[in-house]
Amino acid sequence: MSAATAPLLSVERLTMRFGGLLAIDDMSLDVAGRQITGVIGPNGAGKTTFFNCLTGFYKPTDGSVRLNHPQRGLMRLEALPSHQVAHKAQVVRTFQNIRLFPKMTVLENLMVAQHNALQHASRFSLAGLFGLSGYRQAEKKAMDKAIGWLKRLDLIDKANTAAGDLPYGMQRRIEIARALCVDPLLLCLDEPAAGLNPRESAELNELLKHLARDEGIAILLIEHDMSVVMNVSDHICVLNYGRKIAEGSPTQVQQDPNVIKAYLGEDDADEQLHPEARP
Amino acid sequence: MATLVLATHSISPAARFKDAATVAFIALLLGIPMIGLTTVDQGGALRIATRWPTLFAFVAAAFAGRLVLRYAIDQFKARKLAHERSAAATAAADAVADSRRAGRPLLTWVGWAALGVALSLPVFFADNRYVVDTATTVLIYVMLGWGLNVVVGLAGLLDLGYVAFYAVGAYTYGILGTQFGWGFWQALPVAGAMAATFGIILGWPTLRLRGDYLAIVTLGFGEIIRVILVNWTELSGGPNGIASIPRPSFFGLELKPPGDDPTFASFFGLEYSPSQRIIFLYYLILALALITNVFVSRMRKLPIGRAWEAMREDEIACKAMGINARNVKLSAFAIGAMLGGFAGVFFAARMGFISPESFTFSESAIILAIVVLGGMGSQLGVVLASLVLVLLPELGRDFAEYRMLLFGAAMVLIMVWKPGGILAHREPTMRYVADGEKR
Repeated sequence: MSAATAPLLSVERLTMRFGGLLAIDDMSLDVAGRQITGVIGPNGAGKTTFFNCLTGFYKPTDGSVRLNHPQRGLMRLEALPSHQVAHKAQVVRTFQNIRLFPKMTVLENLMVAQHNALQHASRFSLAGLFGLSGYRQAEKKAMDKAIGWLKRLDLIDKANTAAGDLPYGMQRRIEIARALCVDPLLLCLDEPAAGLNPRESAELNELLKHLARDEGIAILLIEHDMSVVMNVSDHICVLNYGRKIAEGSPTQVQQDPNVIKAYLGEDDADEQLHPEARP
Repeated sequence: MATLVLATHSISPAARFKDAATVAFIALLLGIPMIGLTTVDQGGALRIATRWPTLFAFVAAAFAGRLVLRYAIDQFKARKLAHERSAAATAAADAVADSRRAGRPLLTWVGWAALGVALSLPVFFADNRYVVDTATTVLIYVMLGWGLNVVVGLAGLLDLGYVAFYAVGAYTYGILGTQFGWGFWQALPVAGAMAATFGIILGWPTLRLRGDYLAIVTLGFGEIIRVILVNWTELSGGPNGIASIPRPSFFGLELKPPGDDPTFASFFGLEYSPSQRIIFLYYLILALALITNVFVSRMRKLPIGRAWEAMREDEIACKAMGINARNVKLSAFAIGAMLGGFAGVFFAARMGFISPESFTFSESAIILAIVVLGGMGSQLGVVLASLVLVLLPELGRDFAEYRMLLFGAAMVLIMVWKPGGILAHREPTMRYVADGEKR
């Protein structure tokens, strides 16, 4: 991580407790702009809980999540409701189990993502109801943006198809396209490669790199598919039992004894260790 | 397989007409003894009278119904086939889209035909008060169905107490009209705003509730309003209700027997006849219903309408897209309630008398049944379902105590045959066309 620029997002001493269960324990993490930060860890490590705390779906028990917004200045995400995290702070997430609007078409899904801008242009629906030109222009602009992303994610042929009728890999891409329509500063992807075949995973790698390098969108990535995480991440944070156990570049993390222990279990015999994942 | 799809599509209009004509003929054969002839009590003696217009309407309904039915079955089969064709292959989705696109003009055509029939109905039945009255009742339910469609069909909020807003609208006009001398047109917007306020009052505490839990609360809300109307005698007249509510006027011209002020009949130099008022009321509710339809159809294509549907599909995803779920839900409740309130004002003006008995749970249930049977979110489906649910008990009057049985059986049949409602198909709010133009 470059030390010169202030981090886009800084998580400090974040704690999330559900009754007796400590899902996230005193976790701190900095996320840099224009970079891909991977969050990995065994099942139940608290990765998705971390995302839920970040995006306002859970209120953290303790700690702070600060976003350094280029226009709005410092924002405390832990105090914002979920829709404001997306709307005002422009931190947008996808879901581990895809959450599209299945009966609506792909294009409509992407239009819903631009609701706030359009709703504003429609002046509480009055301008829209009478079809005033200001609203028509806003609608045209929103549609162009949606179509632009659909073209770039190779989904344009399916624009008029109900999202729920499409195959799984495509639905994953639609969810990313929809999140991109919210104009994210930080895009939080929860296992975007789950269920994808190797070719689709490779395409996802390219897309993520492109978004970070060329679009300047910071990406926070939860992923189990090591071929994706190790390949695209600039920085990786490893969680286990809600605690951060390691952090660093992909190579550093792969060699970290704590990480190997977390993934492969305690080494009490004299067996050779096999780091389970290689890019 | 493509040929198969073509085959089901290629049923010629002539074949469909022949099929419908056969059904209409059977309906005629059955209808002559059952509907065409009736017994009347004349001075103690039973005599047989004829009811040819009713019979004609019945046969025409059978003919039109069969056409629609046949078309719906074909569409359903074609779509099912297209679906099966490729459970995984992506081509399926396009085929479905194609078959839907092919089905669109016909549905539009049915809609325009229904409008034509609705507009010309009083011309053919000008002296048949029963037909025009029944059609007015159908239209009230159509309007209520379109209003509830916003809440249930689009926003996916199961509301079992919709009749409360109908009652709020009716009582607002009843009180304003009798106590403060307000006219129909003055009271209409106020009653709509009043009902919308009640929609928000109901919506606010139920924001976090979904599905069954929401249904229970809304059910309770409907009952609370009714119980208040029964017990708050000073305001609502209690169980006695409110009587002599002013009738609506035609741009200030009253529809009543000639008196001091110019009336509708005297102004236009017509002979006064009581059927003028009946027909005026019919056209009034038709206009209100059509305005409701245009309003709801347009709202659906606006950001707020898409947000309603998105909320029905996945509330959590909506929040993740930055949509304020509270505002979206409250707007759905408020607008649905407002439309119900308008219908209530019309009801009060038409009847001239309202009492809590008109606003029982069974009304809510019928309106909800109209929305569900019609196909959630479908505007034309609401019309078809209203026809079925209002006309069936009317036609079944001859069967006396069996008519509720008939009613129930019809509902069960529709649900078995089309679980998504009569018209379950959803029309996208916008389309991408390859050259980037919006169609």
